[in-house]
Amino acid sequence: MRELSRGLLASLWMVVLTAPLLVVRVNTTDKVVTWRWGNMLWMAIGSLLLFLAWRWAMARRGGDVQAADQDSWFDKLLARIGQGPLRLPVILGLVLVALVLPLFVSMYEMDIYARALIYVGLGLGLNIVVGMAGLLNLGYAAFFAVGSYTYALLNHHYALDFWLALPLGGLFAALFGVILALPVLRLRGDYLAIVTLGFGEIVRLVLQNWDSFSFGPSGIANIARPTLFGREFGVQDSAIFIYYIALALVAVVIFVTKRFQDSRVGRALLALREDEIACEAMGIDKTGVKVMAFALGASFAGVFGVVFAAKQAFINPDSFTFIESAMILSIVVLGGMGSIVGVAIAAIILQLMPEYFRFMADYRMLIFGAALVLMMLFRPEGLVRAKREHYTVKDLSPQTEDK
Amino acid sequence: MEFYLEMLIAGLIRGAIYSLIALGYTMVYGIIELINFAHGEIYMIGAFTGLVVAGLLGASGLPTLGILVIALVAGMVFCAGYGVTMEKVAYKPLRKASRLSPLISAIGMSIFLQNYVLLAQTSDFVPFPRLIPEFKFLEPISHLLGSSDLVILVVSSLVMVGLTLFIRLTRLGKAMRATAQNQKMAMLLGIDVNQVISLTFMIGSALAAIGGVLIASHSGQINFYIGFLAGLKAFTAAVLGGIGSIPGAMLGGLVLGVAENLPIILSAFFADIGLNIDIPNDYKDAVAFCLLILILIFRPSGLLGRPAIKKV
Repeated sequence: MRELSRGLLASLWMVVLTAPLLVVRVNTTDKVVTWRWGNMLWMAIGSLLLFLAWRWAMARRGGDVQAADQDSWFDKLLARIGQGPLRLPVILGLVLVALVLPLFVSMYEMDIYARALIYVGLGLGLNIVVGMAGLLNLGYAAFFAVGSYTYALLNHHYALDFWLALPLGGLFAALFGVILALPVLRLRGDYLAIVTLGFGEIVRLVLQNWDSFSFGPSGIANIARPTLFGREFGVQDSAIFIYYIALALVAVVIFVTKRFQDSRVGRALLALREDEIACEAMGIDKTGVKVMAFALGASFAGVFGVVFAAKQAFINPDSFTFIESAMILSIVVLGGMGSIVGVAIAAIILQLMPEYFRFMADYRMLIFGAALVLMMLFRPEGLVRAKREHYTVKDLSPQTEDK
Repeated sequence: MEFYLEMLIAGLIRGAIYSLIALGYTMVYGIIELINFAHGEIYMIGAFTGLVVAGLLGASGLPTLGILVIALVAGMVFCAGYGVTMEKVAYKPLRKASRLSPLISAIGMSIFLQNYVLLAQTSDFVPFPRLIPEFKFLEPISHLLGSSDLVILVVSSLVMVGLTLFIRLTRLGKAMRATAQNQKMAMLLGIDVNQVISLTFMIGSALAAIGGVLIASHSGQINFYIGFLAGLKAFTAAVLGGIGSIPGAMLGGLVLGVAENLPIILSAFFADIGLNIDIPNDYKDAVAFCLLILILIFRPSGLLGRPAIKKV
């Protein structure tokens, strides 16, 4: 009962708070005022239900939202698949489904799946920077833009082939990553976030305004589609071909990420995220490791930028706004920072959901923002909790029995 | 010469608004070390609240200055409400979490509020009525200093002086300073830290609302997206002045406002001395970001801030 009255109070507060914007709509040119009282009712009911759900969720966690360390059924399911004998069959099954998918879906859907795969790649790239290194990069779309424009411009001026542009795009993006990383890595976490945001905006503004270089807001059209050993594809086959290219690249990127994670640098990166000072004391080259993470993350974005440019055949600066960076960031955050599987799942969900839930299209970004907040509140580790590799020492006891 | 003076004044006007928003950033950062990413959205909501008030009262026959005052007050009250609610929902539960969590939560909040206004109001640019009448006595110099310029300068100076006095002289101001210095110690001395944090969000949001209503009336149109860029620039201003420092935020805002006109000023200067180098005015946003990056690299503590000490 007490909860209910508190809920009613909260609901009243929200109704009053949102009244001016939600109920009144003025048209100052015609001097017409529209009253939309219905919205107020929705707000009242909605906020009451949300409040009760909130309290319920809090009560389940003993009042402290951050105290959710017990595994949910979801965690257990993932753990069972991830470690048990099911692991190989599940992976093989997924690969098989991904391979035969083009046989069953339309060309339009093919395009969406290819885009989803591009976002998987972007998510994995940002995952290295944000998830593994703990460096919040809010300008990641800039590297994506560098990759895209590398291919678009080189193709436009010199008719450069897609396959040559692929490594070049990655290389250029990595170069930009290093250029950005070197001066700014000294900064503390949240300053770094803002500087990367500023960097992203600068890149976009330059692309938008430097007409003679990037063709400004009108962008670059007629970018050549990829060929296979000189063989060109029609529009339909091309969509499928790009899907396969993206799929192959995602596989490569997953492989690289996995190897990187367990490498010396990768482990240093994870350690740096936890405690910088301790790492420095252990003799880890802080800047070097972070720059490497930045460059690697950026190169993924560059490579997928090339694929993106080839898929769209037209790019302009509007594709690389802050919202894009925020979208990729939320893929990493929702998926679970540092977790490869989680990032892949989140990228696919976030890209496919708007297509299959068209009726929610207007509310997409609203839900998106709310999801970011709720995720941080109730499950900051993301959909899939990243697990650290454990190295167990099998036998340490010295073999003194041997005579 | 007149042109340069004009640019200087235009820069100061814009800078004054940046200062108002930057104060909110700097105060919140000073107390809970959070970059309140959604602060720019509060400014935008302030502008929209002002629009609603102006629309409702437009036909009532009140003098425009009266409507402006009511719009300012309404904007401040509602934005304070939004600020407090936002803190309770999105930041308070995360106070003990790692540094990245509240920041990401703030980004989510920012996207959420933007789209909330988009859905509740409109996605188009809406015209904002001129709430500041033309003053007769300004006519001789109106090309230099319009009446809305004057109002912005006067209001923002008054607000800043008021805020400084509040922080310096009142009990609550003292509590805020103490909390900013050392939260745990303040708590031990009987300061209700939660209340202080709520208060900080209230004041910061109210200041942003003033900025929002004033700039909307000055520029004549608003849309749901204005908060993003303004927020970023205000943050730049706060960092420029030294984040956590209140006079720093004021100074930073003014400096940034003037610096943004550099592309125009430089272009004019080059033209004056006979060089043909034209810098597009569209780069004025880039100026702010470049400035931000340069300050953070070379003087992270800002103009008036104290250098941060890393504690083990």
